Amino acid sequence: MSRRPLVREVPPTTWFFRHPRYLRYMSREITSIFVGAYCVLLVIGLQRLAAGPVAWEGFLLALTSPGSIVFQFLALIAAVYHAATWFNATHKAMPIQIGEDFVPGKVISGAHYVAWAALSAAILHLAGVF
Amino acid sequence: MTQMKQRQVQLEVLRYNPDTDTETHFQRYEVSCNEEGVVLDALNKVKETVDPTLNYRWSCHMAICGSCGMMINGEPKLSCHTFLRDYEGVIRVEPLAHFPIERDLVTAPDDFMEKLKRVKPYLIPKEKKPISEGEYKQSPAQLTKFHQYSMCINCMLCYAACPEYGLTPKFIGPAALTLAHRYNLDSRDGGRAERQEVVASAEGVWECTFVGACSEVCPAHVDPAGALQQMKISSSIDWILEHLIPGGKS
Repeated sequence: MSRRPLVREVPPTTWFFRHPRYLRYMSREITSIFVGAYCVLLVIGLQRLAAGPVAWEGFLLALTSPGSIVFQFLALIAAVYHAATWFNATHKAMPIQIGEDFVPGKVISGAHYVAWAALSAAILHLAGVF
Repeated sequence: MTQMKQRQVQLEVLRYNPDTDTETHFQRYEVSCNEEGVVLDALNKVKETVDPTLNYRWSCHMAICGSCGMMINGEPKLSCHTFLRDYEGVIRVEPLAHFPIERDLVTAPDDFMEKLKRVKPYLIPKEKKPISEGEYKQSPAQLTKFHQYSMCINCMLCYAACPEYGLTPKFIGPAALTLAHRYNLDSRDGGRAERQEVVASAEGVWECTFVGACSEVCPAHVDPAGALQQMKISSSIDWILEHLIPGGKS
């Protein structure tokens, strides 16, 4: 009897179609593109602000274009999904043990959602929304 | 004695004979099994009554030994813990993904065994003391800290589920790294610095992108994905202390 193990290659570009959990993972990762692109948009905004009032007004006007609004809407959805997947995983990365028990995962994740809501409200308040 | 209810089971089993085959093929079997049976029972029935050449590993038949891991309808599972009643139609049975096929459903675990050795999955006492000084004591709280990670049965289902391991075979992988974490968390252990050589390397936790599939398929309810994220945090703290904090320990 010979020993000749057969090695199977994993398809490098289509592997994530093999199971729904891999598609969920890829959808989470793809949200990073939108989050990254929105960060670039913010940096451009800062650069326009530094360039003077005319440049800033032009930037604000560009933000109201239909293409820009569609992008911002998609980026918002992606950021919310990205944040939710992250918060839902926090109790795995940062378990808290008190005595012989662990704090329930929902409490740790929930605390992140509460902090998220509070910080968002504070920023919207500072921005004069309410 | 009452006769147990029977069900007809159709299996589509991957076959590979290293002496005669250059690639794999599927073979269909049909057997009658107990309604409450598991996939391993169906394979045993095939081997006993239809085809004695079929090869697969199994031992305990009670989800403890970790020998009978295989892909069942594309999902890594212990065949002794996968009930036939949960399936309709033909059940496709393949060897564990990401491992070389030795023969039929038997895979070669050599790579996993080597990686397991590299993380030193055993207690390395902080200070060795003579037996006359008694045992190394541990409180229930200290035990709780690592207990779930000690439940690993080395079945390798997490490796079959992990796409990172499939795409980058040098990755130390979920179970071995989780066992390193189990010993790092043990109050009696002082071997973390030795394990970090492997754990904090590019082949270690930083190859993990937190797909989370390992934890979803684990039959022992270990959470390798959580363990690896915790190790990333502690490794990052090590790096900050070493490189950014003057006088910080390495």
